[in-house]
Amino acid sequence: MNEAGKIVRSTCPYCGVGCQVDLQIRENHITRVDAPFDVAPNYGRLCTKGRYGTDYVSHPSRLTYPMIRKDLGTHPRKPIGLAGFRRASWDEALDLAADKLASIIRENGGDALGTFCSAKATNEDNYLFQKFIRGVLDTNNVDHCSRLCHAASVAGLQITLGSSAMSNSIAEMKDLEVLLITGSNTSETHPVISTFMREAVVKNGARLIVADPRQIEMTQFADYYLQHKAGTDVVLFQAMAHVIVKEGLVDKNFLDERVEGLEAYLPTLEDYTPEYAEEICGVSADQIREAARLYGNAGAAAIYWGMGISQSVHGTDNAISLANLALLTGNIGRPGTGLNPLRGQNNVQGCSDSGGLPNVFPGYQPVSDPDVRQKFEKLWGVELNPEPGLTTMEMVDAAEMGVIKGYYVMGENPMMSEPDLIHARHVMEELDFVLYQDIFMNETGEFADIILPAVSFAEKEGTFTNSDRRVQLIREAVEPVGEARPDWEIIQDLALRVEEKLGRQNSAGFKFENPAQIWDEMAELTPPFQGITHERIQLEDGVHWPCPTPDHPGTPYLFSDSFPRGKGKLTPLKYRPSAELPDKDYPLILSTGRVLYHWHGGTMTRRSKLDDIYPEALVEIHPYDATTIGVDSDDWVKVRSRRGEIEVKVLVTERSPQGMVFLPFHFVEAAANILTLDARDPQAKIPDYKVCAVAVEKR
Amino acid sequence: MAKDRTIQLTIDGKKCSVPEGTTLYEAAKSLEINIPVICLHEATTPEGLCRQCVVEVEGWGRLAPSCITPAEEGMEVLTESERVIRTRRTILEMLNASVDLSQSPALQAQMDRYKADPERFPGAKKREKVILDDNPFYIRDYSQCILCWRCVQACADDMQYTYALGIGGRGHDSRITTFFDYPLPETTCVFCGNCVGVCPTHALQGKTEHLLEKGLQHHEIRARRREERNERRRST
Amino acid sequence: MLIDPPVSSQLLEFLDQNGERGREMLLPALLETQKIHDFIPPASAEAIGTALKVPLADIYGVIEFYSMLSSQPHAEIPIRICTTPSCASQGSGDLVMQVCQHLGVDIGEATRDGKYIVEEVECLGLCDHAPGVLVGDAMVGEATLENIFNLEDHPHSLIYGDPLYLMARAGVIDPLSIKQFQEQGGFKGLRKILTLAPEEVIEMVTASRLTGRGGAGFPTGLKWKSCAEVDRFPKYLVCNEDESEPGTFKDRALIEGDPFTIIEGMIIAAYAVGAGKGYLYIRGEYTHSHQVISRALEIAAQEGFLGKDILGSGFDFEIELRSGAGAYICGEETALFESIEGKRGFPRIKPPFPTTHGLFNQPTVINNVETLANVALICNIGPEEYKKLGSEDSTGPRLFSLSGDINKPGIYEISQPITLADLIYEKAGGVRNDKEIRTVLLGGAAGKFVAPDQLDVLLTTQGTRDAGLSLGSGAVVVFDEDVDMKFVLHGLGHFFAHESCGKCYPCQLGTQRQAEILDRNLRGQALPGDIERLEDVIATMTDSSLCGLGQTAGSAVGSAIKICPEYFGIEEVSHGER
Repeated sequence: MNEAGKIVRSTCPYCGVGCQVDLQIRENHITRVDAPFDVAPNYGRLCTKGRYGTDYVSHPSRLTYPMIRKDLGTHPRKPIGLAGFRRASWDEALDLAADKLASIIRENGGDALGTFCSAKATNEDNYLFQKFIRGVLDTNNVDHCSRLCHAASVAGLQITLGSSAMSNSIAEMKDLEVLLITGSNTSETHPVISTFMREAVVKNGARLIVADPRQIEMTQFADYYLQHKAGTDVVLFQAMAHVIVKEGLVDKNFLDERVEGLEAYLPTLEDYTPEYAEEICGVSADQIREAARLYGNAGAAAIYWGMGISQSVHGTDNAISLANLALLTGNIGRPGTGLNPLRGQNNVQGCSDSGGLPNVFPGYQPVSDPDVRQKFEKLWGVELNPEPGLTTMEMVDAAEMGVIKGYYVMGENPMMSEPDLIHARHVMEELDFVLYQDIFMNETGEFADIILPAVSFAEKEGTFTNSDRRVQLIREAVEPVGEARPDWEIIQDLALRVEEKLGRQNSAGFKFENPAQIWDEMAELTPPFQGITHERIQLEDGVHWPCPTPDHPGTPYLFSDSFPRGKGKLTPLKYRPSAELPDKDYPLILSTGRVLYHWHGGTMTRRSKLDDIYPEALVEIHPYDATTIGVDSDDWVKVRSRRGEIEVKVLVTERSPQGMVFLPFHFVEAAANILTLDARDPQAKIPDYKVCAVAVEKR
Repeated sequence: MAKDRTIQLTIDGKKCSVPEGTTLYEAAKSLEINIPVICLHEATTPEGLCRQCVVEVEGWGRLAPSCITPAEEGMEVLTESERVIRTRRTILEMLNASVDLSQSPALQAQMDRYKADPERFPGAKKREKVILDDNPFYIRDYSQCILCWRCVQACADDMQYTYALGIGGRGHDSRITTFFDYPLPETTCVFCGNCVGVCPTHALQGKTEHLLEKGLQHHEIRARRREERNERRRST
Repeated sequence: MLIDPPVSSQLLEFLDQNGERGREMLLPALLETQKIHDFIPPASAEAIGTALKVPLADIYGVIEFYSMLSSQPHAEIPIRICTTPSCASQGSGDLVMQVCQHLGVDIGEATRDGKYIVEEVECLGLCDHAPGVLVGDAMVGEATLENIFNLEDHPHSLIYGDPLYLMARAGVIDPLSIKQFQEQGGFKGLRKILTLAPEEVIEMVTASRLTGRGGAGFPTGLKWKSCAEVDRFPKYLVCNEDESEPGTFKDRALIEGDPFTIIEGMIIAAYAVGAGKGYLYIRGEYTHSHQVISRALEIAAQEGFLGKDILGSGFDFEIELRSGAGAYICGEETALFESIEGKRGFPRIKPPFPTTHGLFNQPTVINNVETLANVALICNIGPEEYKKLGSEDSTGPRLFSLSGDINKPGIYEISQPITLADLIYEKAGGVRNDKEIRTVLLGGAAGKFVAPDQLDVLLTTQGTRDAGLSLGSGAVVVFDEDVDMKFVLHGLGHFFAHESCGKCYPCQLGTQRQAEILDRNLRGQALPGDIERLEDVIATMTDSSLCGLGQTAGSAVGSAIKICPEYFGIEEVSHGER
C-alpha cells in the first residue's frame, strides 16, 4: 500500500452478486481492488471483472462535458460518432433538453415520450428518474433493461407467489443440501455465487442438478446433468413435477396450508410423463426421474435460474414451471430452499424496486391503485397519470408507429441489447428527440441529440441492491471526471427546468442535497424500505429488504409465513414450441448470452483491460457441425438469420450441443442481436434471445 | 464431550478461559498477546507451514504450532521463550536467505522484532528472479514467493474451486506452478485475482500496481497495454 | 522442447478399468504412463485428469514430487547409482564418473539414442551389496562398469542369526511356495487367531510388548486397540514397505525371501482391528520385491487366504499392492496415505492420528513389514515364548542391517541383547582390513553417530536411550578410520535436502541451509560461524518441524558436531546448549 493512497469501501459495478470491494486509490486512479474477508456477500472473493475491470472509470474516452448534435433537427437521424457533436455548457444542454421535452408534452402529452432508466445507476438515481418521469413528464412510460432480462421471471413469480425477487440469500448457498441450476452459466455470469455453490458441493456434500442445453462449467460439479433441447424447459420441469406427484414426493402439509389450485393443476400434469419429456427434450426418462426424486426427497432444495429461463417466448411459463416444483414440495420459505432468479446487473433489483417500471411505483405498488397513487400524489404534491405505461419493447413499437416521439435514455444501450437490431436502429432513426445520459459514448449515444455526461460508480454516493435484496452502499472514491455529474443531480437540475418551462405551480420536489435524502423520501413511501437508512447500511454493511422498521433485522429469506398474494398458486401450463425453429434454410439454433470477461453491450468492458484477454467475438460450434461446415477454431464464418448477418470467428467446442451455436452479445463488430428476433413472451413482453434459426457458412 | 465446554489454560503466566476447539493462537489473541504468523490467513485453511507461531508447552518435547494446536485443559504456554525465539529468528533468517523479502513490510517488521540477521546465511540458494508476465492482469515474481500455499488454496477449495495452480518440485525446490508451467491464459485460470488478494508478498501483484511501482505513469501503462495487445494480435 | 505423443491405448484401457475409483488411482496411472513413454506427456496427463477427475495443476504437482516420474522425455533405462553414505563409502562416486564417461554423457543427460541416463539417487536398500545400482528394473549389487551393462541375477540377501525366527524361511524355501511356507510353520499363527475374538488377538499382541520396527517404536498393541475402538467403517490395514532409511534393507529381504509371512501378519492385524481392506505400499525402487509380493498375493488369494470368508472364519479381507515412485518421505505414515490417495507425499498434522483418521480419513492401522512378521511369530509361538526373546524393554527378535566397512555386511537377526561392539566384532566379522572404527551411524540418516568409545552401548530400546541414542530402523553403518567424514556429512546433508517434502519451513529451508554449509565444509571453504549456523538450523528443525523427517534431519550432523567436531569448519568449536 502506497502512503499517498487511500482505501474506499464500495460495491462492485458489474453483476448482481454485489461484491463488497476495497478500492485503493492513488492519484485519483483505482490502482488495486481487494475485497474484505469478513463482509457479506462475497467474504473476500471477487471475479476478474470486479478485481481488474474497474479501469474503465479512468478511460480517456469518458464523457467529460455536455454535447449537442451538430446537425440537430436532421431527420431521419443517423448514428454518428463524437465528431458529429459539439461541446456545450450544462446550462445550454439542459435548457435545450428541457425545451424539447416541454414542447413534446405540450403538443402530444407525456405519453409521447419513452424513457429508459438504468440498472447500473443507484436506487437514488432511479427513484428520482421515475419521479421526474411521473411527476413532471406526466407519463408512466418508464422501463429498464430487466424487461430484456428477468421480466418473465418476475411475471411468473408474480402469478404464482405475488412476489418478484430472489427468495433466499447468497449466505445460504454454501450450506445447501440440494440445488438445481437451470438456464444460468453461473461460473461466468455470477462467478462469486458459483464459488459458493461449488463449495456446497465439494466441501459440504450438496447434490447438484444442472439443466442446460450447453455443457456449462457447473456440470463438472453436477450429480445430474440434464442436457435438454433449447426451448423445452416447460416440458422438462413439468415431467419432474409429474414424477414428484406420482411417487408421492409432495409435501402434503405445505400444500394444505400454503398452496391453492392443486385440483385444477394435477390433471394438467398427466401428459407430461418422463417418456414424453424424453421425446421432446432429448433427456433420458430415467435421468428425469432420478433428478425429480433428488429434488423431491430433499429436506431442503433450492432452484437458481438465469436467462435461459427468462429470455424466452414462454419465459413466464418457464418460471412458473419452476415455481410449481417448489410449491409442490414445500421447498420455499425456509433456509436452503427457494426460487432464486439470479439478477444480472449491479442494481437491476434496485432499479425495479425504485419504481423504474411502467406499471408500478417504488416497492411494486401499482400505479393503477388509487390509494397508492394518492399517497404518492400527496408527498409529491402533483397529480399522477393512472394508466400503466409502456414496456421497452412496446416503446419501440410505439416509436415505430409514431406515437412516441422522443426518448430519454439513462445508462442503457438498447442499440446493443434489443433484438432484431437492424429494425431497432431504423426505429431510432425516426424519433424526433433523443436525450442521452451516460458515462461513455456508445451505440445508442450515436443517435442522440443531446449527450449529458454522468459519473461512474466510483465517483458518487448512493445504494445498489443486489440479487438477494441486500441494499449496499457505494462511496465516492475518485473525483468526478471533467464536468460529469451524478445522475440524480442531472435529473434534479433537468426536472426543475422542465417544471419551469411548463409553468408548473407546484414542484414535485427536486431539492435534494445528497442521495441519503433521496433514499429517505423513497423509504417513506415504500413500506419494505422503512427500516433502512444510509446510516444503518454504513453500520451493518448492508440490509436485506423487506425491513419495515428500524429495529427489524432485515429479511435474508422470504415467505416463511405467507406469500404476498396469500397462498402460492399452482398454475397449469401448456408446452408451446419456440417462435422460430431451424428449417432447411436456417438449419441451426442460435442462442446468445455472455462470457466471463465482458459485460452486456461492452460499454464498460471493451474499454477495460478485460478486453485484452477476450478481444473479439467467437461463435461456439460443436465439432460435428464444424466439420459439416468445413471450419476449425479461428476460422471466419458468416452467420445469417432472417434479420441480418454478421461475420465472426469460430471456437470449436463440445460445450454447445450439436445443432446449436452460441454467440456472446458484447461485440458491436459482430453484434449477436442483428440476428435475434423480436418474438415476445405475451405476459412479460420479453424477447427470446435464446432460440432463433441461423445458417453458418465459411466466409 | 459438550460442544460448549470451556478450557482453562495459562499463557505467559496469564490465566485464560476459552471455548473448546480454540487454538492456542486465538487463545493468546484473547489475552492481547499477538503471536507472529507468516502463513496464517483468515480466508485460507491453516496448514501450520511456517512454524513461526510456535510456542512452548510445558511437558511437550517439541514446540507447538499455535495456529493449529487446540487449547487443552491446564496447559501452560510460553509464547516468547528462548527456544521459541531461536526458532522464529532462524526461520526468518533462513527464509530471507532464499527469498526476496524486501517488498513485504510485515516480514521486515518481524525480522526487526526478532533481530534476525538478513546476511546470516551466505552462499544460500536464492529463488530465481524471473517475472512471469503472461496475462493482462497480474504478474508473478516467484523470487518473492515464501511458499505459504495461500494462492493454491484460494484457487482450490478455499475460495475459487478453479484449480489452476499447484505446487511443483519438492523440498527447497518447491514452487508454485501451473500444469506443465503453461502460461496462465492456457490454464483454467479465470483471473479472479483471489490468489493475488491473499498473497503476503509481491510474488503476485496486479500489473497496474506493479508498473506504477516501477515508476510508470498511467498513460504510459495504457500505451504499454496497447502495445502488448497489438503484439498479441500480430502473433495470432 | 516438449514432445507430446498421443495417448496410448494401453493407458486408455487402464483408465477405463480404473477410472471410477477416482484420484486414488493417480499414482498407478502415472506409473503406467511412465512405463509406456518413459515420461508423462501432457496429453496423457490430461487424459488421466479427465478420467480420474483430478485437476491438471495437481497432476503436474504429483509428477514433479516423485523422483521416478518425469514430465520431460527421459530415457528408456535409467541407471540409478546410490550415493548415500553406505554406498558412497564403497566408491559409488567414482562409479558415477566411470559410467558417465563410458556413455559419453553428463549426470542427468540422456544418451543420444534415448536408451540410458545416469542419475545419482539416495539409498536403494542394497547397502550389504554396496555400491548398489538400479538399472531400469534390475537391482545390481557390488556394481561395476561390467555388471551394470551385463546384468546378473538379483543380489541375494545375506542373512545371519542363530537361531532364526523372523528370517527362518527366507533364503531357505522357495518364497512363492505356499506349501513350503506352511510346512515351515507358516499360517500357524493365523489359524490360531481366527478361532479367537479380535479383542483377544489385540490382548495377545499387547501382552507381547511388541513395538514398531519402522523406526518410531510405538507399542503395536496400543495402536491396534485405538483403531479397534473406533466405531467407524471401513477401516484399513496398511503395510509400510517404503523402506528408504539409508543403511536399511531388512524389509526388502523379508518381502523377497518370505512374502507370505507379511501377508499372514497383515491378515492377523486386519482381523484384530476390523479392517476389510489392506494396502501394501512398496517403494518404487524395489521392483523385484514388487514382483515377488504381487505373485504371492495372487497365490494367497487363490488358496483362500485372502478374499471372502478366509479359512471359513467369516472374515473378509483383501490386499491391494501399491507402488511408491521415489520419495523417502512417503515412509512417514500420513505421507504414505497421501501417496495412496493420489497426492504429493505431504505429512499431515497430527492429531488426528491414523487410528481414528488415516487412509481416506478412515480409522487405519499402519505397520512396518518387520512388525508384521513379528505379529505372525507372536501368534504362532504365543506372547510368553515371544517375550523370552530380546530384552525386557524391547521384546522379540530384531533385525539389524549392517553395512559399510565390515567384513560381513548383511541382515542380522538378534534375539538376545547384544552390544554394538559385539554385533560388529563378534557377529559381523569385525572391520575390513583390521582397521579401527572411526564412527558408526546407528539408526540410519535419521539416527546418530556413535563415538568409538561408546560402542559398548546395549542395542535395546532402553540401552540406546540411556546412551542418548536410538535404535531407529536398526541400520548400522560402520565407517573405518580412513573414512572421509566431511564427505559422509555432505552426503547426509544432501540426502535430507533432496528428500524434504518442502511443506514446513523449518525442514524445507533448514535441510537446504544444512546442505549448503556441509557442502562448503567439504570443499574446505567453511566460514566462521558455520557451527553456530548449523546448531541454530538443527535446533529449529528438531524443535519445530512437522514430521519425523525434519525432526531428525539434523540428528546425525548434530551428533557429529559433538563427537567429532574436528570435521567441521576451520576454527575451534564452541558447543551449543544441547
